[in-house]
Amino acid sequence: MLEVKDLHAYYGKSHILQGVTFNVKEGEIVSLLGRNGVGRSTTIKSIMGEVAPQGSILYRGRQIAGLKAHEIARCGLGYVPENRDVFPGMTVRQNLLLGIKDMKVEGRWKMDDMFDMFPNLRNRADVDAGVLSGGEQQMLTMCRTLMGDPDLIMIDEPTEGLAPKIVEQVGDLLSEIARRGVSILLVEQKLAIALKISHRLYVMGHGHMVYEGTPDELKANEQIRKEWLEV
Amino acid sequence: MSELLFFSLLNGIVTGLLLFMLASGLTLIFSMMGVLNFAHASFYMLGAYFAYTISLYVGFWLGLILAPLLVGVLGALVERYGLRYVHRWGHVAELIFTFGLAFLIEEVVQFIWGKETKAYHEPEILQFSLFTFFGQDFPAYKAFMLLVSIAIFIVLLLILTRSRIGLIIQAAITHPNMTAMLGHNVPLVFMGVFGVGCALAGLAGVIAGPALGTFPGMAVVLGSIVFVIVVVGGLGSLTGAFVASLLIGLLQTFAIALDYSVSDLLAVLNISVDAESALRDLWALSLPQVAPILPYLLLVLILIFRPTGLFGKRET
Repeated sequence: MLEVKDLHAYYGKSHILQGVTFNVKEGEIVSLLGRNGVGRSTTIKSIMGEVAPQGSILYRGRQIAGLKAHEIARCGLGYVPENRDVFPGMTVRQNLLLGIKDMKVEGRWKMDDMFDMFPNLRNRADVDAGVLSGGEQQMLTMCRTLMGDPDLIMIDEPTEGLAPKIVEQVGDLLSEIARRGVSILLVEQKLAIALKISHRLYVMGHGHMVYEGTPDELKANEQIRKEWLEV
Repeated sequence: MSELLFFSLLNGIVTGLLLFMLASGLTLIFSMMGVLNFAHASFYMLGAYFAYTISLYVGFWLGLILAPLLVGVLGALVERYGLRYVHRWGHVAELIFTFGLAFLIEEVVQFIWGKETKAYHEPEILQFSLFTFFGQDFPAYKAFMLLVSIAIFIVLLLILTRSRIGLIIQAAITHPNMTAMLGHNVPLVFMGVFGVGCALAGLAGVIAGPALGTFPGMAVVLGSIVFVIVVVGGLGSLTGAFVASLLIGLLQTFAIALDYSVSDLLAVLNISVDAESALRDLWALSLPQVAPILPYLLLVLILIFRPTGLFGKRET
């Protein structure tokens, strides 16, 4: 589904991505692990076209490296940024509406689906999104991207800074997303969640992949965990 | 006195709403480009000249519709093939580009239409006095200007706050990257906003041309006032632009209507001024005499006491 080969990216003169290669298959949940600053977020951002990519990014056989962000989104890729980029000054409902790319096309998600999963959002549907709690904003950003009906959703650190109960809710949403046939590329710090829901995991270090395996394989591989994940 | 106040109030609102038609586009364009479009009032002038030429062939009413459309298309082309290209060299390049464009349009207008004021008039159907109040006439054309401005204001407000495209515009202005990543064509939105902003300026020119005169200096006359409005209202704030437009419109008309001087004020306060004092010319200055500089005085005061403008949020 997504085939990234020898991807390079720069911030000014610093060479952030130094040949990243990985793939996500249809219906798969793939996690991108690694310490802060190794280039996991940059990887997603260059796939979305926010950071200029050099290399090959094939999405369903189509070369998307070099396309504009809105064109990439319309290919069927969704992106949930880590900074909970809600539109403040607009209501929760308006935020969700903005996620829809084309009002005429019916996607697999409806606004009521979102409200059923997160009753909090329904209660606050007409409230300014800027005043929601961090957890609610995280839900809203994820739901907003889902409203655009992506086939592959890339989520950057969805559980960062959230209370354990809300982390659990995020986990439930991820499972529901996968159940509806959407592939997930997850950037995550919390090893526990990634191990629980992923089909495959990649570990990143210094701008390229250093490990690929299943959750069970990674659990068994203490050396990789020590060298690249644990602080 | 009461008729003076009444007519000044009406005229002030007419001027204010006309100014808002320019200021609303300018402030929206500022929000998305991050620089002021110095050529904005030039599009206002083009609107008047286009409408003048069109009216010679097919009459005022078709000109009222066609001229703003033409100006809007021209504006969209300027954004697409000019500004978007210049953008990669940063804000200074954009600023100089719009500055140069203003000069270019002024020269082209003089080249095509000449330097003298054009005989662009209101249509005959509107050449009557709508009502007479205390012996003073209120021309129907002013009421027409008022109606058009109010209609545009309501339409703009509804589009921006009630429609999906309005939501996308607001999102694209504050969070362009995130909006693009949700699948919205942000460059297209920007081109559209620029085009519509220019079309609004053009429409203002069409209806102001007969009332304020259609001449090559009309862009300069209004241009600086519109910048004052956008800065006073707060850069990028539509509400601010609205309030400041009315404020400046009323300020200008009342200042012209009320013939008082500082010495009159001092007389009320029982302070006598020496007729031989070195400052006697200053005390004798009347409000109508200083009216043209009042907006700029307001600008300076706002910049000193509230640099973000009345409703602005930006620091710069």
